[in-house]
Parts: sequence; C-alpha cells; structure tokens
Amino acid sequence: METSLTSRRLVLGVQEPEDLDGPDLPTEPMPLNMGPAHPAMHGTVRMVLDVEGEKITNADIQVGYLHRCFEKESEYATYTQIFPYTDRLNYVSPMLNNVGYAMAVEKLLGICEKVPERAQYIRVIVGEMSRITDHMTCLGAGAMELGAFTVFLYMLKAREWLYELLEEVSGARLTHSYLRIGGVSADLPDGFAGKLLARIAEIREVLKDVSKLLDTNRIFRDRMDGIAIITKSEAIAWGLTGPMGRSTGFEYDVRKDHPYLVYDRFDFDVPVGSVGDNFDRYMVRVEEMHQSMRIIEQALATIPDGPVIMNDPRIALPPKAETYNSIEAMIAHFKLIMDGIHVPPGEIYSFTEGGNGELGFYIVSDGTGRPWKCRVRPPCFANISILNHILKGLFIADIVPTFGMANMIGGECDR
Amino acid sequence: MAKIILERLAAAFTGGEIEQIGTQHGNEWARVRRADWKRVAQFLRDDPTTKMDFASDLTAVDRLTREPRFDVVLHLYSTVKKHRVRLYAGVPEGDCTLDTVVDVWPGMNWFEREAYDLYGVRFTGHPDLRRILMYTEFVGHPLRKDYPKEKRQPLVRRSGLPGTLE
Repeated sequence: METSLTSRRLVLGVQEPEDLDGPDLPTEPMPLNMGPAHPAMHGTVRMVLDVEGEKITNADIQVGYLHRCFEKESEYATYTQIFPYTDRLNYVSPMLNNVGYAMAVEKLLGICEKVPERAQYIRVIVGEMSRITDHMTCLGAGAMELGAFTVFLYMLKAREWLYELLEEVSGARLTHSYLRIGGVSADLPDGFAGKLLARIAEIREVLKDVSKLLDTNRIFRDRMDGIAIITKSEAIAWGLTGPMGRSTGFEYDVRKDHPYLVYDRFDFDVPVGSVGDNFDRYMVRVEEMHQSMRIIEQALATIPDGPVIMNDPRIALPPKAETYNSIEAMIAHFKLIMDGIHVPPGEIYSFTEGGNGELGFYIVSDGTGRPWKCRVRPPCFANISILNHILKGLFIADIVPTFGMANMIGGECDR
Repeated sequence: MAKIILERLAAAFTGGEIEQIGTQHGNEWARVRRADWKRVAQFLRDDPTTKMDFASDLTAVDRLTREPRFDVVLHLYSTVKKHRVRLYAGVPEGDCTLDTVVDVWPGMNWFEREAYDLYGVRFTGHPDLRRILMYTEFVGHPLRKDYPKEKRQPLVRRSGLPGTLE
C-alpha cells in the first residue's frame, strides 16, 4: 500500500509535503527578455527584466519601437495637414487628439472663444465617444489577457457601435481627421442623436454584463487586487495623469480643474480610487465611461443650432460648391492648402484631458503656415515610465495586468 | 493668478538668475540662467507660495540662428495651487549640457532622455542617460533643424555600445 502510493505520486509528479514546506530553493539572478513582439505587449515594447525565480528585481522598459517622427514630420506640414498625424497618436481615441491639437492652434491664433458654439458641443460629444472607445479597448484587452475572452468580445462589440457612429460623422472608422482649425469639418448627420442615445442604452447593458463577469470574479480579483500599488505622492512626482493618476486618489481632471470647450456646463463626476492598485484603475475607467455617457446625454439635449466652423476666409476652407464654381473661392482654397493657415509668432502650451490623461501640445510658431516646433506631451509616456519603478518586487505574472491597466498606446508613447 | 509665480521668482532671485519673464496667450514664462536651472526648479517645488509639485513636460527647442542655439523648456504645474509656469534655459551648441531635474521630479527621467536623444542636450547628473526613442546605433540627433528630414540611416551594428552584439 505504502509503495504503491509513493509510486503513484511519482508518476503524477505530486511533490511530497515536506518539499512544499521546506526552505526556498536557491535561485540565481537571470535576465529575461519580454517583447518587443509579445502578445501581451500592446503595440511593441520591450522589457528587459532581471528575475530571481519568479520575482522581478529590476525592470527596464524600452519604448520607441513605434516612433514615426511625429514632431519632425509636423515641422514640414501645414497646420491642417497635422490633423491626420494626430489621429495616429492615441489611435483608440483619435477625436480627443484632434480636439487637443485644434485647441492649441486656436489659442495661438487667439480664436479659441470664437469657435461656434455648436462646433464646441460636437467636439465634446465626439470626444467623449472616443473616451469610451479608449477605455473599452483598455479594459477589454486587459481582461482578455487574464483569460476573460468574453469580456473582450462584449467590449469590442460595443466599441464597434461607437466606431460606426463616428464613421457616419467623419467618414472614417478610426482615423477621423474630423476637426478643423476653427470648428469641425461637417455637421452631425441626420438622426445622429437618436442613434447615439439608443446605443448608449445598449452600452449601459454591456457594462452591466461586464461588471457581473469581472467585479466578483475570483481569478480577476486575485490578479488585480493589491497589485502594483501607487501612492498619490508617487503619482504626482512621476507625472501620472488620467485614470492611472486618479486611481491613486490624485483628483486631477483637466475637464474639471481647467474647464475647456463647454465642459463647465455639464454635470459630471470625477471618479478617484482609494488604493491605487490595478483594480482601482479598472474601476476608475468603468466609472469614467458612465460619466462620459452622462456628458453626451446632456450635450445632445442642449446642443444649439448654428454653423459648425468659423466664417473666416483666412482660417476655414470655402464650401466645396463654391470652390468648384468660382475663381475667388478656388484661389482661397489653393492658398489655404498650399501655404497653410498663417499663425502669428508665439508659443503655447495647451492641455486637454486625453484618454490616458493630460494631453499637452506645445507649439512654437514662427509666423508661417507651418509650425517651427509641434510637441505633444503624451500622457502614457509618463504613465509607463513609472513602471520601471513599480514592477520591482512583483512577480512575472503581475506584469500582464499591470501593463494592461497602465494602457500603453504605442502610437502616443513613441510618437 | 499665476502672476504670483513670476512675482515670487523676481523677489526671491535678485542676482540675475532670472533673465527674463513674460506672459503670452495666458502662459507665464521665465527664462532661467543655465547655471541656476536646478536651484530655481527646486525652489519652485518647495516654496509654499508656488508649490510646483507636478512637472508636466520637458523638451527642447532648436532656435538654429540664435545664440545660445537650444532652449530646454520645462512646464510645471501645482496640484495644490492649480497654476502653471514655463521655464526656459538656453543651452549653447558648443557646450550642450544642463543640470538634470530628475532628483526634483523623478518623472522627468524619460523626458530628459528624450530631449537628449532627439536634440543632443546632455543632462549632467542624470542617472540613466540613454537614447529612448531612437536605437542605440543611431548617429546624430534627429530633431535638430540641421538634420535633414529625408535622411535615412541603416541600422548597422557597432561594437562598444550597450546591448550591441560583438
């Protein structure tokens, strides 16, 4: 009896209890390379880890694999031509980048307050739709990496509803380039408000389903609770903003602290976390989606009629019908396209709330139609830089949820 | 509101540390003498009237024809007072160095690495000044105005670089 039990244990590979309770096995430091092409590395990023057993003793996160020379290209592009580049910064919330960039140029031109009110409302609506798609991508992908594939499919299904509506607005599913200096390129299509409100009701149902799947899920909670805790003072010192900063209790939301567009007219809350762990980052994002939907509903109810772009021939292109039928409009069109909008010399740092946090644009103008320097302050660049510091002492398995909830978007981080 | 910062700076530094101050488009800015860069940064963070505990952004600008050629630009924010300021420090091409502010705001680590990578400004005292967006073998600093936009560089392995195969 005794021997047969032992032999069965050997066959099954079950360890003797003494081995489990015994002292830790001696380990030696080992370098471990993760990425740049790894299924859990959103975009392309490489991590060079020093591990002892499963424990990370040092982490070096190497970004830059998606560097596309945004700033260099921008210096050779007219102010209008930069919009498509901004789409490709945070490519899961392109509208928010469009908003941030357009507002920076408008401040340099001194026309920020003159943008038609309807255009400002439209910017808020499409921006908040983009924020929801941003958070859905982050949470869906993050949950999938922990094995919750259903959540991923639910989230992407709901995200697609918003992309369809944004496609109706702008003509493109992902790279909208919808905003223009001084307004937006076209008015909302007919019946847009009704469709969006119907989708919001459906999205609320999806979020309810996702909550049921994840909030009390043992596997999900075990890998999120208390992992990668960041304190509020660390968040401030390291420049964390957005959901990642707010999860630590650092209540900084540009929409509330320094309201822009018409955000001060809407009633919404800024969710903050209390622990600063991965689960807080998940909860903050879920709650932000609900708040974004509240903003959209209020904006749709109060949006005024009127033009959607400034009536200033130095800034806005003439209507297409006029361009094709009158020589004056054709010349105006040609000059605006070839020379660009002339922005007076000056410097501006303009910041808005992007999907990942404070999205800043620092533009230096020399008075021509092209910027001397067009710098973007990418929120996830700062958010990722703290991981070098946070990952120390965690286990290899903690990297995936931590990295997922930091929401690195390669296009924005590497530019 | 933010005028407080510029007034405080002008009052606290009278020895020529602050070379110029101004306001444009609602952004307050101050030009800091290069040698006092870190001291002014530290002061702004610790002084109870300014309390700039949050550094948003650090980058450089190539002015090309001006002397000194480069400006390092730092954008600061106070999470308590909710005000902002922009600091400049001129850095000449011949001696392209500036004190690091990583020990004041640790989050500036990667931002300084990026300014070094793209503009070639070396931050003295930086704990880990490596390239960040470009690869180690890259020659030159691509955001300098004299680096042609169309220039292409094949990735050639060279010995003696960290992470390079011999």
